[in-house]
Amino acid sequence: MAIKIISIILYLVLAPIVGGLLNGIDRKITARMQGRIGPSVLQPFYDVYKLIKKDIFRINNMQYMFVWGFFILVVITGVLFFAGEDLLLVFFTLTTAAMFLVLEASTTNTPYSVLGSQREIAQMLSYEPMVLLTAVGFYMATGSFHVSDIIHADVPAIIYLPGVFVGFLFILTIKLRKSPFDISTSHHAHQELVKGITTELSGKMLAMIEITHWYENVFLMGIIALFILHEAWWSIPVALLVIAIAYFLEILIDNTSARVKWDVMFKSSWIVTIVAGVLNIVVLQILLMN
Amino acid sequence: MGINNTTLEAVLILFPFVIAAILHFLKTRNARRIAAYGGCGIIIATVLTFAVKFFTSGAESVQILRSTPIIDKLMFGIEIFLMILIVVLSFRYKKYYAGLLSISQTALIAWLEISHPSEQKFHLLTDKLTVIMCLMIGIVGCFICIYAIGYMRRYHHHHTEYKDRRTFFFPLLFIFIGSMFGLVLSDNLIWIYFFWEITSVSSFLLIGYTKTKEAITNSFRALWMNLLGGLGFAVAIVIAHLKFHITNLSDLLKIFQDITSGNEYDILVLIVILLAFAGLTKSAQMPFSKWLLGAMVAPTPTSALLHSATMVKAGVYLLIRLAPAMHGNVAGTMVSYIGGITFLITSMIAITESDAKKVLAYSTISNLGIITACAGCGTEATVWAGILLMMFHAVSKSMLFQAVGSIENSKGSRDIEDMHGLIKMLPELAVIMIIGICAMFLAPFGMLVSKWAALKSFIDSGNIILVCFICFGSATTMVYWTKWLCKILACTPSKHVEDITTSGQWLSLKVHAALTIGLCATFPIIATSVLNPLIKRMFFVDTVHVLEYSDMVIIVIMLVIIFAVPLISKFLADHMKAESSLNYLGGINMGDNKTFEDSFHNNRKMYLAGWYMEGIFSTNKMWFPTVFICAALIIISIAMAIGGAL
Repeated sequence: MAIKIISIILYLVLAPIVGGLLNGIDRKITARMQGRIGPSVLQPFYDVYKLIKKDIFRINNMQYMFVWGFFILVVITGVLFFAGEDLLLVFFTLTTAAMFLVLEASTTNTPYSVLGSQREIAQMLSYEPMVLLTAVGFYMATGSFHVSDIIHADVPAIIYLPGVFVGFLFILTIKLRKSPFDISTSHHAHQELVKGITTELSGKMLAMIEITHWYENVFLMGIIALFILHEAWWSIPVALLVIAIAYFLEILIDNTSARVKWDVMFKSSWIVTIVAGVLNIVVLQILLMN
Repeated sequence: MGINNTTLEAVLILFPFVIAAILHFLKTRNARRIAAYGGCGIIIATVLTFAVKFFTSGAESVQILRSTPIIDKLMFGIEIFLMILIVVLSFRYKKYYAGLLSISQTALIAWLEISHPSEQKFHLLTDKLTVIMCLMIGIVGCFICIYAIGYMRRYHHHHTEYKDRRTFFFPLLFIFIGSMFGLVLSDNLIWIYFFWEITSVSSFLLIGYTKTKEAITNSFRALWMNLLGGLGFAVAIVIAHLKFHITNLSDLLKIFQDITSGNEYDILVLIVILLAFAGLTKSAQMPFSKWLLGAMVAPTPTSALLHSATMVKAGVYLLIRLAPAMHGNVAGTMVSYIGGITFLITSMIAITESDAKKVLAYSTISNLGIITACAGCGTEATVWAGILLMMFHAVSKSMLFQAVGSIENSKGSRDIEDMHGLIKMLPELAVIMIIGICAMFLAPFGMLVSKWAALKSFIDSGNIILVCFICFGSATTMVYWTKWLCKILACTPSKHVEDITTSGQWLSLKVHAALTIGLCATFPIIATSVLNPLIKRMFFVDTVHVLEYSDMVIIVIMLVIIFAVPLISKFLADHMKAESSLNYLGGINMGDNKTFEDSFHNNRKMYLAGWYMEGIFSTNKMWFPTVFICAALIIISIAMAIGGAL
């Protein structure tokens, strides 16, 4: 119980700091890849600080209600995850949170925002099956949906779930809003939808979305760690290394690919889900039966 | 002693028919209203007493009515009458095949009853599943009837082109409820078949209410598909009777405990597969889904009744009853795969629809698909999930249909595109819609919880293909509900539409909303005190383990959070200093957030349409392959079962 509470508190306090730093590192590496020096690693914090000090312009009241809802639910997702709860419950909460972001954008009833929200729905359609299959995979590999049980398995889950891991990395690109799948909104200034799903947000509210993404990203990195973590102590540094590699890979893909249309995203992610995820799970089932 | 269970059951089955007869002769609106309200009140009171008595007396199964020669003769007479009715109608509308189907099955049953009279066993059986079904039928069904009173008045106000046949319509609703009670309370197969046929015929009559060409075509489609299922049912009864002298459903399930292999087992599987076939037609699974979609031409209360508490639930009820007998044989494989395919494909097609009632219809078929898959798997855990899904679905779907009906009455359209900004136009109805939609797919509402349980139990039973169907289907399900929610919540500067929903309609809507939320809040209690013992009895096992109690408690906590989040968020949002600004429209906003100036200095109206992804999920592309695959699956399975039995 004590460990649970400590890890929840650590998540609540550290996640925004780690998430912000991850973002800063991302921008630094991206800049170097593009031959620029790039901003300081702390730049995301300066940005958010500046946003918080700005006035808010609002289109309607509901909009902010949904932003707060998005924030609260993403934090709950992370809390449930780091408290070691049921993985399916965690993912269902995450879906509900994502819904709030979609609703925020569509309630504004403005063209860019609404288009962004519709594309966000297409993104959810693309990644959702793989997310659920990931939970299914963990359950089959370790016999439990509970995060607290999964990290105490005898062998790392990735041994049983290489395909699921690949599939999850694929949809992680969508979740992290990286090119080629950054269709609903983008971190870069070349988005044809202005700022897509966050077009109508400003000041403090935009800062909140930013902080929420930090929380979310830390949680997503946690899922990657879950593939590696097990009983042995050395799995912790290995997990950190795998996270670093995975994150670098996402940045590399982000900087080397062009944005695709939604149907390409949808088809490719479902195909990857079937080829990597479903196949992995079917093979695992056959192995388990024997 | 007071009132005993026999009396209560008799009241449940017969009283709706009495009300139906009374309603037929009442011509004025007020008289009709009083009769319907009174009737519904009595039915609900009876069903509640029945449930309370059942649970307080130890919740043991009760078998009653041993010798019933008079009732049997009466039923026989009604069956013949129904057959003649169908034959006459099918000749009048030149749909001879329906008459042929009806004659063949009635003749089969008649031959059986005359040439092989059975020894009298008990006819009615009450257990926990029966009581759950009765509560569902009684409460949801009656409130739909109450809703219908106000709705039909408006309906005929709007649709002057249709003949007012309300003296025909209301009795049919009550006949429907009465026969549903009969169906779930009976254990004798011939009795179940009898009530099964009444629901088929009355749904046929209800769908054809407006007597337009489309309505008649669709009603006959519903009729022949259900009669085909009925034929399967009749053949199953005959085989069961001749081979094993089984007259009761519970005996059929009990015999499965003793016979687990050999030729006798194969014949039993054939019986189960034929009964399951009947269940599939009634619950509108692929390839028989079209009749339920066609049923949309009828007035909304009919759709609500067919889709939520009655008709389609009769199909899944039978499948759930049969579930223990379907585990691990060809019947189970057929039923679970058809359920899984139906779930995935119809949820994809629902994305491309913009007619609200059609989306609801596809979603019904899709949800019934998971229930069917759960029943087909036939393990304790899947059936547990299936029953839970059935309960939650009945309440939320009935509420959604009624809300759409009221919106249609007020706005004159039921297109989802016209619900753009409903939250500003009809705020109260919009809130009901939002609760209903959230209940259908969001954490922590019932449907999602049951889907969670289903997913877990499919993995445990090793049905990986079904697991994949659920993973993909959940994503597509989420898309069509989210899109709809987005439409409703769009804040457009639009006029307030006059809400002409009557107080009776509101009563029904509010009760449904309360039930939806109440069921989620009390679900750990329902699960442990009602579902677990029920499953133990059905499967003759000692322990049932699906969701852990701690998980269920977390769900209830989440329910509180989900209601708290909007309230807290609203409080926080209201207390943020913010300046209002105009929307960014791409061009120059003309000040009303609706018009903008384009690059040619013309004022243009902005319109944001929904996204239906027709290119990928079109009906044309998906319908026929699915029908083909499912039909092939059924034919092959039945052929295999016959081959095994011979």
